[in-house]
Amino acid sequence: MRLNSAFIPGGEDAKRNRAAHLAALDEMRAAAELAALGGGERARERHVGRGKMLPRERVANLLDPGSPFLEVGAVAAHGLYDGAAPCAGVIAGVGRVAGRDVMVLCNDATVKGGTYYPMTVKKHLRAQEIAEACRLPCIYLVDSGGANLPNQDEVFPDRDHFGRIFFNQAQMSAKGIAQIAVVMGSCTAGGAYVPAMSDVTIIVKEQGTIFLAGPPLVKAATGEVVSAEDLGGGDVHTRLSGVADYLAEDDAHALALARRAVGNLSLIGPDGPPREAPEPPAYDPDDILGVVPADLRTPYDIREVIARIVDGSRFDEFKARFGETLVTGFAHVDGWPVGIVANNGVLFSEAAQKGAHFVELCSQRRIPLVFLQNITGFMVGQKYENEGIARHGAKMVTAVATTAVPKITMLVGGSFGAGNYGMAGRAYDPRFLWTWPNSRISVMGGAQAAGVLATVRREGIERKGGTWSAEEEAAFRQPTIDMFEAQSHPLYASARLWDDGIVDPRRSREVLSLSLQAALNAPVEETRFGVFRM
Amino acid sequence: MFETVLIANRGEIACRVIRTARAMGLRTVAVHSDVDAGALHVGMADAAVSLGGAAPAESYLRGDAIIEAALATGAQAIHPGYGFLSENPDFAEACAAADLVFVGPSAEAMRAMGLKDAAKAAMEAAGVPVVPGYHGSDQADDVLAKAASDIGYPVLIKAVAGGGGKGMRLVENADAFADALRAARAEAKGAFGNDAVLVEKFVAKPRHIEVQVFGDGTRAVHLFERDCSLQRRHQKVIEEAPAPGMTEEMREAMGAAAVRAAEAIGYSGAGTVEFIVDASEGLRPDGFYFMEMNTRLQVEHPVTEEITGVDLVEWQLRVASGESLPVRQEDLSIHGHAFEARLYAEDVPAGFLPATGTLSHLSFPEDARAETGVRAGDEISPWYDPMIAKVVVHGATRAIALKKLSRALARTEVAGTVTNLRFLLALAAHPGMVSGDVDTGLIGRDIDALTVAPEVPGTAIALGAMALAGVLEADDPLTGFSLWAPLRRTVEVEVEGERVSVCLEVSGPDATDLYWGDTRIEARRLGGAWRIGGRPAPTHAVAGDTVTVFVDAGHAIRAVDPLAVGGDTAAAKGVIEAPMPGLVRAVHVKTGDRVEEGAPLAVLEAMKMEHVMKAGRAGVVAEVPVAEGAQVAAGDILIRLEDDA
Repeated sequence: MRLNSAFIPGGEDAKRNRAAHLAALDEMRAAAELAALGGGERARERHVGRGKMLPRERVANLLDPGSPFLEVGAVAAHGLYDGAAPCAGVIAGVGRVAGRDVMVLCNDATVKGGTYYPMTVKKHLRAQEIAEACRLPCIYLVDSGGANLPNQDEVFPDRDHFGRIFFNQAQMSAKGIAQIAVVMGSCTAGGAYVPAMSDVTIIVKEQGTIFLAGPPLVKAATGEVVSAEDLGGGDVHTRLSGVADYLAEDDAHALALARRAVGNLSLIGPDGPPREAPEPPAYDPDDILGVVPADLRTPYDIREVIARIVDGSRFDEFKARFGETLVTGFAHVDGWPVGIVANNGVLFSEAAQKGAHFVELCSQRRIPLVFLQNITGFMVGQKYENEGIARHGAKMVTAVATTAVPKITMLVGGSFGAGNYGMAGRAYDPRFLWTWPNSRISVMGGAQAAGVLATVRREGIERKGGTWSAEEEAAFRQPTIDMFEAQSHPLYASARLWDDGIVDPRRSREVLSLSLQAALNAPVEETRFGVFRM
Repeated sequence: MFETVLIANRGEIACRVIRTARAMGLRTVAVHSDVDAGALHVGMADAAVSLGGAAPAESYLRGDAIIEAALATGAQAIHPGYGFLSENPDFAEACAAADLVFVGPSAEAMRAMGLKDAAKAAMEAAGVPVVPGYHGSDQADDVLAKAASDIGYPVLIKAVAGGGGKGMRLVENADAFADALRAARAEAKGAFGNDAVLVEKFVAKPRHIEVQVFGDGTRAVHLFERDCSLQRRHQKVIEEAPAPGMTEEMREAMGAAAVRAAEAIGYSGAGTVEFIVDASEGLRPDGFYFMEMNTRLQVEHPVTEEITGVDLVEWQLRVASGESLPVRQEDLSIHGHAFEARLYAEDVPAGFLPATGTLSHLSFPEDARAETGVRAGDEISPWYDPMIAKVVVHGATRAIALKKLSRALARTEVAGTVTNLRFLLALAAHPGMVSGDVDTGLIGRDIDALTVAPEVPGTAIALGAMALAGVLEADDPLTGFSLWAPLRRTVEVEVEGERVSVCLEVSGPDATDLYWGDTRIEARRLGGAWRIGGRPAPTHAVAGDTVTVFVDAGHAIRAVDPLAVGGDTAAAKGVIEAPMPGLVRAVHVKTGDRVEEGAPLAVLEAMKMEHVMKAGRAGVVAEVPVAEGAQVAAGDILIRLEDDA
C-alpha cells in the first residue's frame, strides 16, 4: 500500500524546519569544503608545483567520468588535532572504475605529508572494512610519509592501528579481493608495505618512492649516502627489485594504468570468464611465418607473435621491465580473456619469480593461462645456482602445477629441460598442448647432450691414461646429435602423443580460441597453491 | 535500344550512369577491381564482373577484359564514363570489332581532338577562333615585331622549346618588344639550346568557359556554357552554369563556334568545347578562343542538366543506340542557375595533399543533388581519385543558387578523412564568387585567405569531450552524484593537432560543466536534447577514438590515449616508416651502409608526389624490408637503422 503523507508543504512548521535544516546543512557543507581543500594553500601550491595532481583530482581522474562517488568519512578529524588533519588526511569512498565498484583510498600529502594520525588509521581501516564486507577491489593512491611520529602511541601498537592495514590487505587478497596500489609520492617505513602487499603496484617515475627507511635514516644508520630515487624510485622498483610492476610517466598515466588494471580483473565466477566481442589482431597472423626465424637459435621478440594472436594486438604487459626474458600480460584471444606467459630468452631468477606472481594473479581472477613456449632452459652457472635459481624456478613450477585455471600450451620454438616444466609442458596438465612445425622438444639440445656424454667419456679415457683425439670425439658426438635431432622433431613427438597435434602457426589464434572454449566448459575451481620455496 | 549496358568505370560516374540506365529499363553490368568488390556501383548494378588488381592498369584500363565481360554478360553497349578508357580511340575500335556499341564519339573524332596542336589547326580551319599568335619559322626581328603588332598588345613571347616559364616574356607595348625579345631568346638559348620563339596574344584575365555540345554524327546542338574558372592548379573546384556576366550575343557566338567544331568532325554523343575567355574588358563576342575539346561526358555535366532539364546520360544512350538528336537547338533554353562543388578527401593545410581513410560517417542534405559513389563505411583508397562527391544545387537566380550551395555544403557531413569542405565553403563565400567576378587566377591569388584555419568553436570541443567521456548518453539518475562537492575530471583531447585538457564537472545525467583555459561552457539536456553554451548541440559522429562535430565543415576531436605515453619514438629508434600508403620508387641504401642524419634513404611515391625519406639520425642501415616497386601501407617500415657499432 502506498503511504499517505500528512505533511503540509507550505505550512509554517515546514518553513521553520526547512530554515533550520538549511542552516545546519550550510555548516556541514562548510566543514566538508574545508576538509576537501586538504592542507593549506601553500602546501597545495607546493604539491601542484611538483607536477602532481591534487588528491581529489587523482580520485576524479581514476573514476569513470560522470560516475557517482559515495565518499566515506568526509569530515573525519574535523576539529581534532587543532584542525591539522582535514579529512583525516585521506580520501575514502566507493567509486566506479571501468564500470565496476571499487574502494578508493587516497592519501593527501598536503596534510602533514600524508602521515597517519590516529583518525587517519581509523578511517583507512573503516574503508577497508567496507571493502572487505562488500568485496570491493581496493585502490590505494599512495602518497604518505607513514605513521605520524608525535602520535605514535595511538597509531602503531594496538590491534586496530597501522599494522592492521597490511593485515587487511593480506586478508582481502586471500579472499580474492584485488589490492592495487598506485605509488604517487612517498611510501616510507610501514607505508612501504601498502604497495609491497598489493597484488598489482604502479609507481610514478621520478615521483613515487618506496623504502623502509628514507635517505636521512639510511645515512644515520649506516653512513651510506644515496638519493631517494636510487634508493627506492620507480625505475629501481620496476627494473631491479620487482616491488612495483608498472612504471608510470606521471599521475595521469598512473591512473590510466590503474583503470586498466581494474578492467583486467574481469570478476570471473566459477563459470569462467565472460567473453568479450572478438576482434582480429591489428597485425596479420600470416606474417608469423616471416616474423619467426627459421633457425631456433636466432632470438626474436615474442611480442611480435603475441601481436599476431591477440585481439586488436592489445597486450597489457605485466612487469615489463623486470625479468625481461619472460613476457607476461593480459590480453584477449577471440574474445576470451587470457593471461599470456611467453618466453623471450633463457629463464633467470627474476623471470621465474615474475612468472609465479603472474600465475597467482591469473589464478585468483580465474583467468585462463596461455603459455607460448620457446625455452632453452633456466640460466646455468655458479652465480645463478648460488642465488638459488632452482628455488625461484620451483616457485614458478609450483604455481604452474597447482593453479586450477585452464592452461593451454603452445610450443612455438624450443622446449628444453626444466623450462618445459615451468612453461606448462605435458607433465603439467595443460588442457591442450599444441606444437608448431619449427618446434623441438628434448631434455636438452643435441649438441649439449653430446657434449655432456663426451666429457664423461673423455674423463674415463684420460683417467685410464688413454688419449682421445678431436676426430674420435667428433665421431662419438655425432650419433647423439643425430639422435636428439630425430627425437626432438615435432612429427616424432606428435606421433608419440607427447602433444595434441601440430598446428599451422598462422592458425594459432583459432586453435587457442577453440581450446579455451572447450576448456571453459568445465567450471574453474578455486586454486590452492602448494608451499612456495621462498 | 539495347537491353544491357556495361559501365566501364567506378565511383560516382558509374553510379550516375547506372541510375539513368535503370530508369530507362536497361539492365546494367558493373565492372570492378579487387578493392572495389563491395563498392556502391557494384551493388547498384544488376550484374558485376571482377577485372583484377587495384591498380587501374590491372583493372579499369584493361580494355580486353572489359570487352570480354560485356560479351560474357550479354551487354550490347559499353558506357566508359569519364577518365580511364573514355577517350581511348583504340578501345572504341575494339568495342566496334566485338560488335559492341561504345557510348561516345567515333575513334576518328577522338583522334581528331586528341592531339592539341592538330586540333587547334583543324578548328581554326573550321572557323573556330583560336588564340591569335605567330608560330612561324622566320625568326627575323622585324617579322616577329610585326606579328606582335598584328596580334595586338599585350603579347607573350614564348620559347618554342619552352616550359616552366623559361624564355617567356610579357610585352605590354611595341616599345618594349625588342628588349624583351632579346632577353627571351638569351634565356631560351641557355635553357633549351634553341632560341626560337613564338608570339601569342596575352590573355590578361582568363576565364575558363566551356560549351556542352551534343551530336548525332551529322547534326549537333549546344546546351549552353559552363564557367569553370575556379581552378586550383588546373583542377576545377566549383563549376557553374550559365557563366556569370554572359551576354546573349556572346553565348550565341560561343555556342555556334562549339557546334561548328563538333559538326566539323562529325561528332556523336556528349562533348565539351573548352574556351579561354579574355575577361579583361568584360565578356565580348570576339574575346574567346578554342583550347581543346573533351570527347566524353564531363565531371561537371550536372550543372548543365540542372539548367536545361536534360538528362545527358539518357541522350548518350539514345544516340548511341542509333536515335537522332532528340531536340533542335531552338527547343533548348536555360532555366535558373546551377553550381557544382567537388568534395574531395584532401588535406588542405598540407597543400591539398590527397587523403585516404574510411568514411565513418557521410551524409548530404536532402535538398541538394549529391553525386557520389561512396557510402558511410567505404574507404577512400590511394588507388583512385579521392573525390567523395559532387554537391550540385539549382536555384532560380545565381544569388539563390549560391546561397543554396553554401547551405548545402554547411550541411554536408563527412567523418573519417580530412576534406576540402571548409575550403569549398570559404570559396562559396568569396566576394569575387558572390559578385560573379571570377577568373582562373582567383583561387591562387587568395589562397591564404581561403585556407585560413578557423578557430575550433568551444561547443565542438565541449561536445567532443562529452561524447568521448561517455556522458552524452548517461541515463543513470545517479550520474555525477557526490555527497558535497562534484568531482572534476580531465579529458585529454586533440583538436587540429593541439592538445586540450578539458575539465568535466558532471553534476547529473543532464548537466555537465566544462572548463579549459579561459573557457567555461555549460551543457544541459532538456527534453532529451543537449544544449551546449545555451544553443542546440550540433550533430556529431563517433568512430573509435574520434568524434567529428559537424560545425564549420566538421571538426575532429580525438581522445588522447592516456596509456600511449613513454617509450621511444620510432624516429629516435631509427625506424623509417611510410608516412602514407604509396609505392617505393627508389631505395638509396643497402644493409650495412653508414648514413648521416638527414641523408636520403628512400623515395616513396604517394599521392602523385615523391617523398624522400631521410635518416632521422646517423647510423648504420640494419634492414631494408622493402624493395623498389613495392606497394606499402602507411606505417610500414621502410628502413631500420641501428647504432654505429
